[in-house]
Amino acid sequence: MAVLRLIAALLMLSPILSLAFSPENPTNQRILVLLDDLAIKSSHSIFFKSLTDRGYNLDFKLADDPKLSLQRYGQYLYDGLIIFAPSAERLGGALDLPAVLDFVDSGHDLILAADTTTSDLIRDIAAECGVDFDEDPEALVIDHTSYAISKTDTGHTLIVSDNVIDSKVILGEKKLEAPVLFQGIAHSLNPANSLVLKVLSASPSAYSANPKAEISNPPALIGSSISLVSVVQGRNNARIVISGSLDLFSNKFMKSAVKTFGSSVEHGKSGNEQFVSELSKWVFHERGHLKAVNVQHHKIGETVEPATYRITDYLEYSVEIFEWTGKDWKPYVADDVQVQFYMMSPYVLKTLSHNNKGLYSTSFQVPDVYGVFQFKIEYRRLGYTSLSLSKQIPVRPFRHNEYERFIISAYPYYGGAFSMMAGFFIFGLVFLYHK
Amino acid sequence: MTGKTDVALNSVMAPLTLKMESLQLSMKNFRLKTKQQELLLRIGVLCLVYVLAFITRLFSVLRYESMIHEFDPYFNYRTTLYLTEKGFYDFWNWFDYESWYPLGRIIGGTLYPGLMVTAALIYWTLRLLSFAVHIREVCVLTAPFFASNTTIVAYFFGKELWDSGAGLVAAALIAICPGYISRSVAGSYDNEGVAIFALLMTFYLFVKAVNTGSLAWSVASAFGYFYMVSAWGGYIFIINLIPIYVLVLLVTGRYSLRLYIAYNCMYILGMLLAMQIRFVGFQHVQSGEHMAAMGVFFLMQVFYFVDWVKHQLDDPKLFQAFLKITVTGAVGAGGLALGLGMASGYISPWTGRFYSLLDPTYAKDHIPIIASVSEHQPTAWSSFMFDFHILLIFFPAGLYFCFRRLTDATIFIVLYGLTSLYFAGVMVRLILVATPAVCLISAIAVSASVKNLAVLVRSKPKAASSVVSKGSSSLKASAKISVDQSLPFQRRGAGILILGILYLLTSYVTHCTWVTSEAYSSPSIVLAARGAHGDRVIFDDYREAYFWLRQNTPPDAKVMSWWDYGYQITAMGNRTVIVDNNTWNNTHIATVGRAMSSYEHEAYEIMQSLDVDYVLVVFGGVTGYSSDDINKFLWMVRIGGGVFPVIKESDYLVNGEYRVDKGAAPKMLNCLMYKLCYHRFGELSTEYGRPPGWDRARGVEIGNKNVKLEFLEEAFTTSNWIVRIYKVKPPVNRW
Repeated sequence: MAVLRLIAALLMLSPILSLAFSPENPTNQRILVLLDDLAIKSSHSIFFKSLTDRGYNLDFKLADDPKLSLQRYGQYLYDGLIIFAPSAERLGGALDLPAVLDFVDSGHDLILAADTTTSDLIRDIAAECGVDFDEDPEALVIDHTSYAISKTDTGHTLIVSDNVIDSKVILGEKKLEAPVLFQGIAHSLNPANSLVLKVLSASPSAYSANPKAEISNPPALIGSSISLVSVVQGRNNARIVISGSLDLFSNKFMKSAVKTFGSSVEHGKSGNEQFVSELSKWVFHERGHLKAVNVQHHKIGETVEPATYRITDYLEYSVEIFEWTGKDWKPYVADDVQVQFYMMSPYVLKTLSHNNKGLYSTSFQVPDVYGVFQFKIEYRRLGYTSLSLSKQIPVRPFRHNEYERFIISAYPYYGGAFSMMAGFFIFGLVFLYHK
Repeated sequence: MTGKTDVALNSVMAPLTLKMESLQLSMKNFRLKTKQQELLLRIGVLCLVYVLAFITRLFSVLRYESMIHEFDPYFNYRTTLYLTEKGFYDFWNWFDYESWYPLGRIIGGTLYPGLMVTAALIYWTLRLLSFAVHIREVCVLTAPFFASNTTIVAYFFGKELWDSGAGLVAAALIAICPGYISRSVAGSYDNEGVAIFALLMTFYLFVKAVNTGSLAWSVASAFGYFYMVSAWGGYIFIINLIPIYVLVLLVTGRYSLRLYIAYNCMYILGMLLAMQIRFVGFQHVQSGEHMAAMGVFFLMQVFYFVDWVKHQLDDPKLFQAFLKITVTGAVGAGGLALGLGMASGYISPWTGRFYSLLDPTYAKDHIPIIASVSEHQPTAWSSFMFDFHILLIFFPAGLYFCFRRLTDATIFIVLYGLTSLYFAGVMVRLILVATPAVCLISAIAVSASVKNLAVLVRSKPKAASSVVSKGSSSLKASAKISVDQSLPFQRRGAGILILGILYLLTSYVTHCTWVTSEAYSSPSIVLAARGAHGDRVIFDDYREAYFWLRQNTPPDAKVMSWWDYGYQITAMGNRTVIVDNNTWNNTHIATVGRAMSSYEHEAYEIMQSLDVDYVLVVFGGVTGYSSDDINKFLWMVRIGGGVFPVIKESDYLVNGEYRVDKGAAPKMLNCLMYKLCYHRFGELSTEYGRPPGWDRARGVEIGNKNVKLEFLEEAFTTSNWIVRIYKVKPPVNRW
């Protein structure tokens, strides 16, 4: 009976278990949403609903909830984190800046939204990811040429932008149908960080300043160096979205019609919904997630992987690369995957050919240099998770009896040696017995 | 004869005297003839010397444990292990990818296999006889075993040079001579252990061949040479000394057919055999260091030819003309061949090591990697005293006796003694090569003078002349004594002198035993020190660290350390190293030196390019262990700077002074080596009454107490802080 009950419990658990994030199933399932105010839950319901429709379990918590915890017993309870709490000075429970960064550094994803009032904590998290918000707490992005015509906004802080990154992986196959509405603060990218990318940037005429005060000094952030929404993909493939505006995700912006100043076209609906949902697909690994499996190499004509190669051997190398579609793995097709045969520098660099089914392979000759080589694939493409495979393989020189036994050019020497022996023998006979 | 030998030996082996006496007594009971008595006595003494040579080298095993010592022996041990496990074919073709990452090292082709094969053969023999020994025990005891064998060879060599008395003394002297013991204590499993045996064997067989003119002895010496070539790079000494010896004989008009046979056979056969060693290869015909032997070989042929022509031609005038033409022709042809060979690059020029032997200052200016090794330093006079003791006094006396009785053999030993003593002055480690010669020549001195004095002591004043006429071999010496007969207190004086020699030899024994137990029996992998209350403190940090590596790091982890510790890390830690004690690639070592002497972020790039996972440093600041990486650091800078000029020695010095305290150079205080050694050291109080961060090895308070590491993290520090291991962090995730 107990056994049956156990099995029943396991069966009930199994859907939950299978929902969990894993390398085999990289799309996030359990997401913690931290809010300043539970009202955001309804004011941003379209965004949240799109997530739950796609199968995510959202767990809404107030940012200062004292029971907040990302992990229990060393296991993370969530696969993703959405922080829609721009004004939270501190997070509740066990959550603080290092905890959030550890969460990301252990391979989990994060959406972080700032707003007109952004706390130091949020700024710090962003700064750790290479994004620096404008230091002036009152400053907003202002654009006097590409702003949305609106009755309430007089300071031209409700701006529009369709200046998005050209990447189908990040923003989906479809082109953005309407410009994106934005109202919030500007940020710049830390030049020391090589991983952070602008996804939505402001127009060249934008600047960041306090709309209520007169500008005495030239603003620090101007033009298209202002980033509105940025993404980071860490070296462990954790993805982060940082937005300067929380309203970007709101129902109001998604539903509102957009008429850009100076433009005759009026879009019935802003591009925010498309932009946000595509971006969330990317950030939660529904797109652009690659895996390389089944790395194989062997000598041509053999199938067993040797422990070591000999110089000038011919070998075959193959690897299967798949891309995650959000539901299953489909073969990844690209013509620019290269393999290096590497020892301090690449000795062989070859583009892999593929069979359209995800199997990439090539064959080459081991160089005439011995040492410890690596088969290296360093595949980094915009928006895709980086593939970094290296497999160590020693290459040994010839054994002493693997050289050619007789060389034609040495025949004179062989002749010399043997004639010498024969001559000595005859001489010995003659010397000894001829009197 | 028996008595005299006995006297000489009594002094050497004071503890054994009683035994010998009783042996002699028991022999008298058997009423053996004098000859038989002598033979028995000789065999008895030799056996005892044989045992003595072995047991005096066991201090280290008794003090510590049966373990391999120092650095190179660990490599030898590892290769021997491989040989016994995988067999000879795999050993011969071994490509080791655990060292010199990522270049790897062809071990089979870059080592002298003699030692390993010897140990493996002993091991297999013991196994065959069903002694279940571990290969480590065999390795530990190989050097003492061969030292014992060397005493036998020394006996025969001494006998060949002088007489059996000298042979016995030589055997006894060499059995306990510190200069030899330093390289052959139990656990010192290095090439020299067997090589000195091979060296002496080759010389003995060659001298025997010259003395007898026998092909058989000559062939034997060629095989001895082959064994030497297979065992140690020092064979280059043989292949140069023997031609010099032959040349000296030719010049002094001692050319004989015996010499012709001995040299030619030995050279040709020895050369062919030596070519079978992969590491040596064709060097005998291609390298400048071996050209002397070849030149002398051709000279011998010319000599023989000229001799033959002289025999055929009766006309002296005609012969003179012929001689002129031949000699100019031969010298011209030889010079031309050498010049062409050098110019075309067929004959390689002399190597740096060879140059540094001839000119002691050469290495210092040109090859820091050779100069950095402590055993390559010029010898201090005190180490001569330390290693030879009274032999230094007997040596010139022995030379005197040799010159008194010049033969082909004594000329050889004189040449051997003088040249090797010069080399011993150039490099500390070459004292080892000089030791057999010094022992043999001293033995001649001891034996000859004791014999002469004993003749005096035993002679009845009136019957002196009859004793002299009986004097067995050293006629000239005895004649000299008969002249001195008129001196007063002659017998008493001689007796006192014998007592004096006896005293010297006794003190030699005391000294040797003391040196062996105090100085040469430390494994240097386990350190011992005297505690505050005079008790022994053992620092086993090295092994602690290596076993940590073995247990706690992934099997393919790469460890970067200074090259001194490479062999030990691969052998004991079983991890891949970047550089090791086989300093074949100077650039690779310089890269490591550069990493150690760069700022952390620069070093990080170098370490990334070499796939380094762990960095290991040796630090003596807590224990006062002075041969640590901080003290070796300037060599890292020099070697690194030799290849990468961005590293400048002056950046690490203040007014030409090397310091680690507050006054140290800023680059010094922030380079990787400094940071790794002194990480967290500022918090530590090492000595009572001193501020925290007191470096006991250098006796200063360190200058940078707040060491922060950015790209590395401390992984392990041994209990006495001697070895510190750091893990190289992966690149930052979000940057």
